[in-house]
Amino acid sequence: MEMLQITWFVLWAVLWSVYFMLDGFVFGIGFLSGFIAKNDTEKRVLINSIGPVWDGNEVWLLTAGGATFAAFPTTYALMFSYLYTALLLLLFSLIVRGVSFEFRGKIDSPLWKSSWDTAIIVSSFLPALLFGVAFGNIFSGLPMDAAGYHGGLISLLNPYGILTGLLFVFLFAVHGALYATVKTTGELSARAFALAKLLWIPLLLIAVVFLGYTAYATKLYNNYMKVPVLFVVPAIAVLSLVAVEGFMMLKKPLSAFTASCLTIVFVVVTGVAGLFPNLIPSSLDPAFSLTIFNSSSSQYTLAIMTVVAGIFVPTVILYKIWAYRLFRAPVTEKDVLENHEAY
Amino acid sequence: MDIVALSRLQFAVTTMFHFIFVPLTLGLSVLTAWFETRYVQTGDETYLRMTKFWGKLFLINFALGVVTGITQEFQFGMNWAEYSRYVGDIFGAPLAIEATAAFFLESVFIGVWIFGWDKLSKKAHATTIWLAAFGTNLSALWILIANGWMQKPVGFVLRNGRAEMNDFAAVVFNPYAWFKFLHTVTSGYVLAGFFVMGIAAWHLLKKNEVPFFVCSFKNAAVFAFVSSLAVAVTGDFHAVEIAKVQPTKFAAMESVWETQKGAPMHLMLWPDEANERNAVATASVPGALSFLAFHDTNAEVKGLKDFPKDERPPVLPVFLSFRIMAGLGALIAGLAFLAVIMPRWSRFVDFKIFLFIMVAAIPLPYLAIQLGWLVAELGRQPWAVYGVMKTAVGVSKSVTSLQVLGSLIGYTALYGLLGAIDIYLLVKYAKLGPEKSHSGMIPAKEVA
Repeated sequence: MEMLQITWFVLWAVLWSVYFMLDGFVFGIGFLSGFIAKNDTEKRVLINSIGPVWDGNEVWLLTAGGATFAAFPTTYALMFSYLYTALLLLLFSLIVRGVSFEFRGKIDSPLWKSSWDTAIIVSSFLPALLFGVAFGNIFSGLPMDAAGYHGGLISLLNPYGILTGLLFVFLFAVHGALYATVKTTGELSARAFALAKLLWIPLLLIAVVFLGYTAYATKLYNNYMKVPVLFVVPAIAVLSLVAVEGFMMLKKPLSAFTASCLTIVFVVVTGVAGLFPNLIPSSLDPAFSLTIFNSSSSQYTLAIMTVVAGIFVPTVILYKIWAYRLFRAPVTEKDVLENHEAY
Repeated sequence: MDIVALSRLQFAVTTMFHFIFVPLTLGLSVLTAWFETRYVQTGDETYLRMTKFWGKLFLINFALGVVTGITQEFQFGMNWAEYSRYVGDIFGAPLAIEATAAFFLESVFIGVWIFGWDKLSKKAHATTIWLAAFGTNLSALWILIANGWMQKPVGFVLRNGRAEMNDFAAVVFNPYAWFKFLHTVTSGYVLAGFFVMGIAAWHLLKKNEVPFFVCSFKNAAVFAFVSSLAVAVTGDFHAVEIAKVQPTKFAAMESVWETQKGAPMHLMLWPDEANERNAVATASVPGALSFLAFHDTNAEVKGLKDFPKDERPPVLPVFLSFRIMAGLGALIAGLAFLAVIMPRWSRFVDFKIFLFIMVAAIPLPYLAIQLGWLVAELGRQPWAVYGVMKTAVGVSKSVTSLQVLGSLIGYTALYGLLGAIDIYLLVKYAKLGPEKSHSGMIPAKEVA
């Protein structure tokens, strides 16, 4: 009878990690755009490099949120209401980011464009940081008990939360810079590549501190001690991160980007695997942790949703791969200058 | 204001704002897809330019619909945690299905459509906008299946301190949800038709691109007229369903206080809620209300007095919203009929009064649709889930009214700003008219 809950726990991990893998580079490109692009045309090239895919990537968040609602409604309800202010900032950022891409090119005025450029940077940076802070706090547990929630926006900004926030920011920064390297040409691509190399060093440092500090700030490693084979997961995360640098030294940005995808997925899975069977542990009393068993939907609903996910998730993956292949060519300055439909 | 009132106000603000953009997306996606299909079929360049011009307006509008939609999914958990916890077993499923089955389709193929002009064959490219339009309309279906369940809860049992689903098919094939879906999407088609006709009429008044805008106008007129008939028919079915399953909503819509057989419809009517009666009720058509409700002039219509005061919706706003919506619906259908007929007359483009009316008519479907939502959602009160869970108990326990006040101010400011920008851009690009060249379609090498 527990199979369905476990299935949805795995799906939950998959949805969040795929979301971060896909929207991560959009965030990275967004908040690095000021450093990578030197003029308006280059900015347009960057935005158009994610143009066909950013909206579809963001839907993974809606799916992760919807899946949490459908499969673990109590977790959805408490997680979203407890993290109210942080989520509000996140929502506002995602709203502004989305319209920025669409609106930026619609009026040919330097002030208009530079305003949206700033909006893109801020609205891409904040979600990267906030997602990290949120997940750091989920990993370490939220202060909740029978009386409800005892935290707030400030209590989320504890050292481990901030550390995880920084981890996400740097993961997405390297990820975005590598995507920009692959998807643009010439000087722009070279600048992005140099930035990826530069940012990899602090990323490695933060990742090492994170893995160490996790032992102190969370109970994530308890599961690993019980089932040591699980250490494969963080090992892959670390190896992938090292491979990013290796491929960059070999001047293979596409391979480095692929390794970066793996890094993000396995960092998220490292955390989530440590949570099992919790979705959100209580930092006050384990009796009030939200687990996949005490917060899940009925077996009936889980079974229906398993069939739904079994049909649609593979279908979505297939046509998304088709779309990525269709737009695999790098975006050039000529493309954006000649194409009236471009952002 | 207390937390419940603030949370409800925020939900109303964010939802109604979201729904400024959604109906146009529903209808204009279909119209744009139709224009592109006509281009593929006929090779007529006018249809290609129509696809691009109306498609551009579609995208400016679409952007705001998408981003404000994220709020919709999040705020059930953020502001209505107790509601989400109580009904999530059943209510979460259609939302999750909406995301996986519809949002992906819509977002991925919109992206391909915008950027894929020179990467796909004509037919394949036209297919992508149809897929996006299908995704958009499919998402309306799933969200209205969720909403339909709040209106007429089916396929569940109360167990383990919550509503648990025990019949998925009953939830999916809930007649209430389907009537609502059909009524909503066809309203969106009417709105899109009037949007296109209004902008076309504005250009025709200025004698800009006459063949282009006459062609746009004619297509949109047929679309709007057929859809307006469908709105009326589905609205009738919907009203019958409401009378059957939501007697308090129906009674509020028509301000019926006393249960009666062969109930009349009063053309002049004004509710007096405090005294549980109507201040004015004349110009009556005997049996008409019973006929509207049950398609039987002798049927019994329940009055509000049959229900405890704390189970009645606010009568005046529901009554007024319904009356004005229905009146606008009739006016809109009449205008749509004229819009189909008029272009057959050769001097149509010189008939300035008519064109001016069509420009002025752009806001009418918007107003009717917002009022329709007020009828649907205010009329359901005080219930969140009709007869099962009251709205007031659904609010988040851990969120303070100060937080909600803050977020309400934030939403209002942000949405206000973005809405103003979006409308400014829509007007700007609508006035600009179609581009003369369309190099996006012709492969770059041919241009060079």
